[in-house]
Formats: sequence, C-alpha cells, structure tokens
Amino acid sequence: MIHIDIQKPLHGSNGQMSLDVKLDIQEGEFVALTGESGAGKTTLLRVLAGLESSQGHITVNGQSWNTLAPQKRNIGFVFQDYALFDNMTVEENLLFVNNDKKLAKELLEITALESFKKRNVKTLSGGQKQRVSLCRAMMNRPKILLMDEPFSALDSLMKATLQKEIKKLHKTFGTTTIMVSHDMQAIAALADRVWVLEQGKVISDTLVQDLMQSKSQKAEVIKLKVLADKVLATIFVAGEFLEVEVAKDVQLSDTITLELSAKLSS
Amino acid sequence: MFENLDFAPFLLSFKLAAVTTVILFILALPFAWCLSQTKAKAKPFLEALTALPLVLPPSVLGFYLLVVFSPNTAFGGFIEETFGIKLVFSFTGLVVASCFYSLPFMVQPLQSGFESLNKHMLEASYLAGKSKMQTVIKVALPNIKPSLITALIITFAHTVGEFGVVLMVGGSIPEETKVASVAIYEMVEVLEYGKAHIYSALMLAMSFLVLLSVYIFNHKQKKIGIV
Repeated sequence: MIHIDIQKPLHGSNGQMSLDVKLDIQEGEFVALTGESGAGKTTLLRVLAGLESSQGHITVNGQSWNTLAPQKRNIGFVFQDYALFDNMTVEENLLFVNNDKKLAKELLEITALESFKKRNVKTLSGGQKQRVSLCRAMMNRPKILLMDEPFSALDSLMKATLQKEIKKLHKTFGTTTIMVSHDMQAIAALADRVWVLEQGKVISDTLVQDLMQSKSQKAEVIKLKVLADKVLATIFVAGEFLEVEVAKDVQLSDTITLELSAKLSS
Repeated sequence: MFENLDFAPFLLSFKLAAVTTVILFILALPFAWCLSQTKAKAKPFLEALTALPLVLPPSVLGFYLLVVFSPNTAFGGFIEETFGIKLVFSFTGLVVASCFYSLPFMVQPLQSGFESLNKHMLEASYLAGKSKMQTVIKVALPNIKPSLITALIITFAHTVGEFGVVLMVGGSIPEETKVASVAIYEMVEVLEYGKAHIYSALMLAMSFLVLLSVYIFNHKQKKIGIV
C-alpha cells in the first residue's frame, strides 16, 4: 500500500500554483496519471522518486519515504527522453543496475531486444531506446515503476508494440506502476485507475473498468463555458475530456449524469 | 648541433607537468563536479576565483605565492617547521605554484563537460542505487571524454609552458627548478640565440602537436556521437 499526501509550490503553466495530492495506491495496481501540460504530473513522479523535495508524507508499506534517498527507494523510472547511459551497450545498461544476467536476458526477450544486447545504445531507434529504458527500470525489481510519457515519441506501430510489452511486464512482475500519459487509448488498455491532475490537484480518481463498462456515467463539471444561448461543460469521462451541452443552471463542480449515447455523439 | 645542449630543463618541465596534472586531476575533479551541480549563491565567487590565473599577470600570482610560501610568513613557516617542506626555490614549491596557475585549465573543461550531461542520465544512475562517486566514475566521466582529454592535455601543456610563476617561485636552480622556459630566457640573456632557437623550436613543435592531438580526438568523438 502506497500512501501519498504531499504539497509543493510549483511554477505551472498558469503561473504560481501548489501541487497538493492525497492518494492511496494498492500494491500491484497500474495507475495512469493524466491532465493538461504543466499540471504537475512529472513533478509528482519526481517527488515519489526522491528527485525533488516536498512537504507532507509518502508511506510505502508502512515505511516513511520522506527522507529516504533516491538510491534507497527501489524505484524504476522510465524517463521521457530515455536517459540511457550512452557509454554502454544495451546489456551493460541493464547490468549496471543489477548484475543479474538471467533477469536481463528475460527482460530483453520479453521486449524482443535480445539480438541488440551488444549494440551501443546510441545506435538504437527511439522505440528501441524506450524499451531498453523500460528493461533497465525493471532490473532492480522495483517496488514502484514510474513512467513519464513512455509513448510520446513513438509512432503508432511502435506504441502498440511497447504497450503489449508493458502489459506483459506488468503481468510477469506485478509491479505497482504509475504512468504519466496523455494517450487515452493506452490508458484504457493498460491502467486499472486514472487520476486526472489539474493545477496541481487531483480532480478525478476513477477505475478504468467503471469508465469503460458503465452505460450511464457520472462526471464532475471541470469547466463551464457560455456560448450564445448554450452552456457547455467540460468533463472527464471514459478516459477522455469531453465538452457537452448542459442545462443553464448547472454550476462548476456539479456532478452530472451522462448517457452513453450522448457521450458518443458529443 | 645538439651535443652541447642540456636537456635536463626539458625533462624537469615534463616531470613538473606530469606531477601537476595528476595532482590537479585528483583535486579538481570533485571541485568541478560540485561546481557543476550546485546552485549555491557562492558559485560565481568560486568560479571567478578559479578563473583568476587566466587573467592575472603570472608575475602577480608568482609574487603572492612567493610571499605566502616564504618561511618568514605564518603559512610557509608552518609548512617548513611541521613537515620539513621548503616551498620557495624548490621543486615541491613549483608543483604547488603550478597547481594554482593551471587550476582553471583543469576545472573549466571538466565543469562544462559535467554541465552538458543529461541530468536525467545521472538521476537514472542514482535511482539504480549508485552513489554520487560511482555515478561520476562509471557514468559522468565516460560520457564527457572530450572534456576530460582536453582538461588533462591542456593542463599538461600549459604547465610545460609556464614561465613567470616558476621563475618567481622557483628561480633557476639546475635540475631543481630550472625548467625549459626559464632556460630559454637565460640563453637569450647571454645571447646564445642558436641554443634558444633549438629549445624554442622544440617547445613550439610539441605544443602544436599536443593541441593538434586534442582537436583530432575531439573531432573523432563528435563524429562517433553523430553516427
């Protein structure tokens, strides 16, 4: 069980704001973190990894991580820009983390990189680098795997391949995972839960299964816009931000019910 | 042509440069790393202090070092009495003075190399459980090879070419403090232009070859990086 209750002042996309997050994650859960750019998603990952400081508490299986160094957190981190060790081969990148050749072989097989193990990482394509980065993050059998936009630089074919590999790795190792992504299709395919972050605050925490199965969906009004004689509300539902027409008396933060037919036609 | 030439000053210059380069590398590496990672307010002050020998006349630096190293001052007296080390007109004094004089040539390339590294690469190493020292040795240094080679070779070459500071602190004691640049100066003073020509031509050729090798190496590294 991971308990997060942190506060941190931030310079966000709309100026000064405060990252204020209070959440619990069950062991083995796959959580997707989405929201607008500058909402504090990457900062939240970095705070969890111990790369940035914050106020508040992070507790993992009863152990306080407040003052624990990044070296001791047993975190796997997949950076958006891969951050591979350019002076090493694919295999060396993995063995640098943990000299477990059997595990390295298993990970390289899952991600179809076995034949590239002696290649210098500088010679790989973006998709291959992202997969090496994922394997490297799994090498210390992490308690938590953090992924920052793992699909952002990949084409659709590579994205589908990596998605399959992430799913396989999660099934094999059962690692608690938090993935920052804007890709709703990937979130729906991989995650158990979705958190939506806006201006440093979690405005929605929903099970993906509920979102996908429910025919009528309740959603909180995130934004309201008045256009001529219409009132449009922005909501987050089924892994997507939607703008729907609502009654004129609907207020910000109201919960509205959305029928599936209306959702598809909006 | 070469039979009457004494090559001891050359050997002494190389010995001084080699010892200075090794000592400076050991001392400057953690300092350059700290400078590259810190956001402290004192950073510009430390950077300016490190760069001082680049703009200061060597005679000024030499004069102050001579004053500080003198056994008549608190520092020089303490070193001589406690450790039995004489810092003026000695090879040891030349090494210490050279470390000050060549400091920016070691620190600046290393610092700019460290600063150019992808910060996430270092963080990935920390998250892999590696200490700062392991990260510097296994990740940072191998990824700043051109800066590392530049720092080592330029420090060595610059120390070989020192004149003002070594003359002030070391004087000209044969096989103790009389380095090649001082020997050339003395030859010109006694109008031995032929010998001065040979010494100078050797220094010129060596300096050019050293610089050429640095540029060729860095050019090759850039090419490897692009492929």
